[in-house]
Amino acid sequence: MITRPYAIARRTLSYVDKLYEINWGVVLLVTIIACIGFSMLYSVAGASFSPWADKQMIRFVVGFLLMIVVALVDVRFWMSFAYPAYLVSLLLLVAVEIAGHVGLGAQRWITLGPLELQPSEPMKIALVLALARYLHGLSVEDVSKPLRLAIPLIMIGMPAALVAIQPNLGTTLILVADGVSLLFLAGLSWWWIGPTVAAVAAAIPLAWQFVLHDYQKARVLTFLDPESDALGAGWNITQAKIAIGSGGVTGKGFLQGTQSRLNFLPEKETDFIFTNYGEEFGFVGCIALLILFAVVIGYGVQIAMSARSQFGRLLAIGIILNFFFYIMINASMVMGLIPVVGIPMPLISYGGTAMLTVMFGFGLLLSVHVHRQVEIPRHSAGII
Amino acid sequence: MPLFDRKDKSRYASFTRRSLMLTGGMTAVFGLLAGRLYQLQIVNGSEYMTEAEDNRVNQRLVAPPRGTIYDRFGVALASNRRNYRVVIIAEQATDGVETALNEIGKIILLTPRQKERVLHDIAQNKKFAPVPVVENLSWDEFARINLHLPYLPGVQPDVGETRSYPYGEQLSHVLGYVAAASPDDKKGDDDPLLDLPGFRVGKRGIEKEFDRQMRGKGGLSRVEVNAYGRVIRQLSSVPGVPGEDVYLTIDCDLQRFVEQQLGDNSAACVVMDTTNGDVLALASTPGYDPNLFNIGISNEQWHALLDDDHKPLLNKAISGTYPPGSTFKPAMALAAVDNGLADLQVFCTGTLTLGDHDFHCWKKGGHGEVNLHSGIAESCDIFFYEVARRLGIDKMSAAARALGLGAPTGIEMPGEVGGFIPSRAWKLARFGVPWQQGETLINGIGQGYVLTTPLQLCMLSARIASGKALVPRIVHEVGTTLQPRTVPAKLPFSDTAFAAVRGGLNAVTNEVIGTAYAWRIPEPGFEMAGKTGTAQVRRITREERLTGMKRNRQLPWNLREHALFIAYAPVDNPRYACSVIIEHGAAIAHYQVQMARDILLHAQQRDPARMPTAYPAHAAQLVPAVARSGA
Repeated sequence: MITRPYAIARRTLSYVDKLYEINWGVVLLVTIIACIGFSMLYSVAGASFSPWADKQMIRFVVGFLLMIVVALVDVRFWMSFAYPAYLVSLLLLVAVEIAGHVGLGAQRWITLGPLELQPSEPMKIALVLALARYLHGLSVEDVSKPLRLAIPLIMIGMPAALVAIQPNLGTTLILVADGVSLLFLAGLSWWWIGPTVAAVAAAIPLAWQFVLHDYQKARVLTFLDPESDALGAGWNITQAKIAIGSGGVTGKGFLQGTQSRLNFLPEKETDFIFTNYGEEFGFVGCIALLILFAVVIGYGVQIAMSARSQFGRLLAIGIILNFFFYIMINASMVMGLIPVVGIPMPLISYGGTAMLTVMFGFGLLLSVHVHRQVEIPRHSAGII
Repeated sequence: MPLFDRKDKSRYASFTRRSLMLTGGMTAVFGLLAGRLYQLQIVNGSEYMTEAEDNRVNQRLVAPPRGTIYDRFGVALASNRRNYRVVIIAEQATDGVETALNEIGKIILLTPRQKERVLHDIAQNKKFAPVPVVENLSWDEFARINLHLPYLPGVQPDVGETRSYPYGEQLSHVLGYVAAASPDDKKGDDDPLLDLPGFRVGKRGIEKEFDRQMRGKGGLSRVEVNAYGRVIRQLSSVPGVPGEDVYLTIDCDLQRFVEQQLGDNSAACVVMDTTNGDVLALASTPGYDPNLFNIGISNEQWHALLDDDHKPLLNKAISGTYPPGSTFKPAMALAAVDNGLADLQVFCTGTLTLGDHDFHCWKKGGHGEVNLHSGIAESCDIFFYEVARRLGIDKMSAAARALGLGAPTGIEMPGEVGGFIPSRAWKLARFGVPWQQGETLINGIGQGYVLTTPLQLCMLSARIASGKALVPRIVHEVGTTLQPRTVPAKLPFSDTAFAAVRGGLNAVTNEVIGTAYAWRIPEPGFEMAGKTGTAQVRRITREERLTGMKRNRQLPWNLREHALFIAYAPVDNPRYACSVIIEHGAAIAHYQVQMARDILLHAQQRDPARMPTAYPAHAAQLVPAVARSGA
């Protein structure tokens, strides 16, 4: 007897069927979180849709359509799309290194016709795609073989190094975290993990001495003692904490946040937007938002675990981990738990590339869900 | 058909296990974030709320209007004038600041230097801060700017307040001036108004003495500001308390008359009401224009004031000390009568020898037979040497002190000095040498160590005229609070003594023998009594006396003798006392007496002491009375 999901997997689903199969719970949650983002952009602009909320809404609509389209495309297509996407992203990173113009003290942007692109954003998705595809072809035993392991390490290392010299510490950390997490999930032996953790711990002082830029060191030092430079580099952290803290239990109310409206908060529409949310909606609002994020992540993990192909599992969990790392780093940063690194809050912070990347990622996640019954032979990983 | 091959099954199990581990890790991170939120928003929430509020709210002081200074008839002597000015706000000047300045320059005069200063100030300040372009515009200029305003983006008309002294140099020594607070002013005064840009405090005169009362209390305006300090909106405001007005006993009209009389001389004059000590005029020339200090005095102007040998910055009436010369003799005469010397007769040969030292009378040939009456009238030095010799320094100094000399009078003005009346103990302590009888003698004619201020001399005159221990007062009330006044006690001299001395003073001006007879007031009923004085400022050597003394006009100005005169009028029922001193003014015979004569005559004819005053405390008493009579 052939079970129904199995039959679905064997059939070529029509697009209407696929639409029906989309996890609309995830779509709804993503839309709710994006709407919170619009309201915050409206608030920090002083109760105005321009200059941020209106553009962000258009981007979300574009991103939303992109997400649905991506979700309907067969996951096998995305598998074949993985290596080319990775190569293109890598080339863009090289290009930004060569031709990108300097924005905010670091080379992060590249102009493609009318588009301003931050290639480190698509790289996060491309890396997950490429690693998922590569690891799809490896058995648990294979992952820990040195020669097999070298390739994914190079795949992680090249973009990480390119992003690091931009310099963009936050994205580098996310790329490395995404990649290492996927290796871990693919079954990397604890014999690799243990010594590596020890080696990284030992390397931190060396990195401090030789790798980190002065501004990055300053951020760390300021983080450790924000009051040492209360009007300079410590300003961001201090004002962000004041904003969140002053929200209290229930917050000051929508549009009533003074810290951002009066420009005490830096980058209030991008990296520090969560502080305005904390100020206006307080502890209750922040916990509610964290729960929304957690539910989305929970859906993501569940989608990953229910996928029939290793590629689908790794892709789904990679996407959701990437989403998680964004939230973790951004929230920790604005709450003064870690030094300031330039990482936006996904779906909420203003930014076109990040919005499209996140929506594309959710599209892939939904595609894994829609095509969760699709089986992909292990050896097909080798075909580009 | 199996769904998974064997190897896939194992990696699926591994994947599930490790995903759950990661999920646990993610849950822990979310827990950590929630804990941090709890710490920031619940545990420390109120603390951060206070900090956010401190960030947001800026308290601004609003300067209160300064109290006005009025004379006894309600004439404003120092008041606040509207200061019409034009300011520019750089960020609103859409056509550029320089264009805006050029446009302003087409409407009103704007020098290249002013433009430079404005551009400099704009570079120094935040883009939204208003920078003054021109101040103290006339109404006409101000109106023209307002008319062109639509074509001047970023330019704003503004009406401020500035201190105004309508009489300029006249009254400058009474009123003083205002200027920005110096670090010294801020010592011991924690009024935050002092740090307000453009705020002025009293620096001299009444402006200084009653600064706290006239200053008022600053208002508070709570405004919301953004991170750059720009004001977003007003939250609340606490109005300030305007400064209190000060009502002087001065009669502006008489004061100005006195200053005209003193003219360009380095001189001082005080006119006082002999019934209550009200100072009607207190002049010291030359003066300065107090308006200059308010607007900002130039370096050249300041040094011109400092370097002037006529000392325009010194209020000579209360801060200048002079040997009283012969104007001291009436005080000695009072002591003489009460010490049994009423009938003293002295034969003046022009010289008195004491030991190996000769003491000279001002009149070379001597006055012949002199008694108390003619001694005062003719100002015979020999007679008063004899009086001094018989009284001794102790009784002389006691009499001088009883008449108020040697100590500040306590007039409500800063910088008053007490003059000096010597004593034996002082001499010994100061020089380590006992008191010499020769010093007693020269003390007797108001020379030597004796020093007085013109105000003290006027008070001396008023005390002799009234017989009471009058104290000069220049402020009648502050706000609606009357200045405290004590009923003057009777002076410790007998009526006989006063009668004899007043007779002598009358003879000075109204008898032919008197030294000031030529400058008497001839109008019946207005006659004055007085005493001339000349104060030496250099030692006359023996050779000079032998070879012939230099006349004052042959000497350089600063070596000439001071010319003094004290007087009161009318003789029979005195109401006005007056003292005049012209520094180094003895070159023209008794020029100071002419001035005093004109001043006293004017004072009597105008008679400000009997005119109804415009003090608000009086008005408050008067109004119900009028209302009652009306009903």
